[in-house]
Amino acid sequence: MFRRVKHWGPGLLLLAPTIILVGVFVYWLMFENFRVSLTNQHTAKPSNKYVGFENYTNLMADPNFQHSLWNLLILTVVFLAGTLFFGFLWAWILDKPAKGEGFFRAVYLFPMAVSFIASGVVWRWLLSSLQTDQSGGERTTGLNRLLDSVGLGFAQNDWWSNPTWGIAAIGVPAVWQLSGYVMALFLAGFRGIPEELREAARIDGCSEWKLYRHVIFPQLNPVMLSAVIIIGHMSLKLFDLIRAIVPDANTYDVQVPATMMWVKYIGSDYADAAAIGMILLVLVALVVIPYLMYTSRAEKR
Amino acid sequence: MATSILDRAIPDGTAESPAGAPNKGRRRINRTLKYALLLFFVIVILIPAYVLFITSFKGPSDADPSRAWLLPQSWETAGWAKAWTTLAPALGRTFLLVIPAALISAMLGSINGYVLSKWRFPGANVVFTLILFGMFIPYQAVMIPLTQLMSDLGVPQGIPSLLVLHIVYGLPICTLIFRNYYESVPSELIEAARMDGAGILRTYASVIFPLSAPGFVVVLIWQFTSAWNDYLFASFFSSGRNGPVTIALSFLAGGQLTDYAASMAGALIASVPTLIVYILLGKYFVGGLMSGSVKG
Repeated sequence: MFRRVKHWGPGLLLLAPTIILVGVFVYWLMFENFRVSLTNQHTAKPSNKYVGFENYTNLMADPNFQHSLWNLLILTVVFLAGTLFFGFLWAWILDKPAKGEGFFRAVYLFPMAVSFIASGVVWRWLLSSLQTDQSGGERTTGLNRLLDSVGLGFAQNDWWSNPTWGIAAIGVPAVWQLSGYVMALFLAGFRGIPEELREAARIDGCSEWKLYRHVIFPQLNPVMLSAVIIIGHMSLKLFDLIRAIVPDANTYDVQVPATMMWVKYIGSDYADAAAIGMILLVLVALVVIPYLMYTSRAEKR
Repeated sequence: MATSILDRAIPDGTAESPAGAPNKGRRRINRTLKYALLLFFVIVILIPAYVLFITSFKGPSDADPSRAWLLPQSWETAGWAKAWTTLAPALGRTFLLVIPAALISAMLGSINGYVLSKWRFPGANVVFTLILFGMFIPYQAVMIPLTQLMSDLGVPQGIPSLLVLHIVYGLPICTLIFRNYYESVPSELIEAARMDGAGILRTYASVIFPLSAPGFVVVLIWQFTSAWNDYLFASFFSSGRNGPVTIALSFLAGGQLTDYAASMAGALIASVPTLIVYILLGKYFVGGLMSGSVKG
């Protein structure tokens, strides 16, 4: 026993700072946050009266919060569908050898290096809701103006200034920013499939479609899963892009739980802010914990 | 370091297989179509960059919406000058924040990765998974007590607070990247060092650390970029006067009477450091993306 402790004790000691820091800053704070979310601390004045799950039931009954959940759903669907579609398409085109592959790869990936705050500056302008018919043409800006000038004027729209679907417009820059990342994941997936496997399928008389259907797609499933987890959990947490594009944090049209949490925090409603944080945590955990269990099991095998 | 993580992750396309090749004419059409598509997407991706660039050089009268997509009538630099004077102090603060944050969390991550892959103890996998979960948590779920904790600890707002936070919340991903990296280091090397009587630190210093350069490159790029681009922590733990560049930029761009030329120039200035990293070290940058998820 003593020899074994002597063997792994030093390792544990080296890991101790991280275990303590993560223990405090992640797990203890999550617990603390849960505790605050059960109190009635709705003003800057400290208060520790416990009200049970009242804050949660109030939030769930609040039409604004319901709307923010709806927005979150749409945003996540657009973000996922868009990045998976473009990411897969680009990877698929680039999978077969192409001249200048490095160049295309670099261009598709570069938005990833830029912060949402910086890209938000230009997207705010591109997603301006002014339309030609409302403004006599001259004042239109951004994508609406571009659409008009290339003869696609009918495709102009309000972008994010629509209470029901406006949030989908926030998905546009999000997709712009991260499709390249999903492409890189898929590209790695494609390149990980041994050429012999394709050859064997071709010799067996597989058509190209069948080759994809039965050989290549199944091999890409793990990549697809990582992309869904990563993009999905980013979408749940998305805050800076919305803040950069929409000037007022409390804009109903594009309110999501992450921005609503900020509004509550600014208004010193700490109990509600903490409760929103907990709800986000549960949503993320529902996605991530099965994934972490799956990967750690897969690793053991 | 000759083979980067990306090269391993994305080998270049293999030679075209002759089997089942369609006839030459169709192949040419296919190829033309393919490059047309690739170029089309390059244009789409670069549209925002084009707008940022041209608008940043426009004068006040030129920033008229009717000319929004056209090149500047005369190339003005007033926007750049204004953006630079506004952002310069914040840029300095951000470097002071990001460089030590990246170095410290990388160092800790390297030690963690080493222990978790080569000096394992009972329950190491559980500990690793618990650390890893810290990478995925929405920071909104710790933010309220975190603001309290940081003020209880007496860490000043602004750069000192952000330094602590980027180090702490960077630990999970740094640990993950290094652990995965060290998995590829043969365990025999460790055993040999152990046989020679080297302890855990000695083995790290003389065997593992010298092999770690590629891991450090990936982690440092990753931490540099995500700390540089962070806005969430910055907005909770700093203000315009002591905040990093993302905060300064949001003030520059967020006013009611936005100076378009200045805010677009500011967005470009604020992106230069990460873009330089991306251009110079692009391969490793993607390696970092591959090995983990995304902070923020």
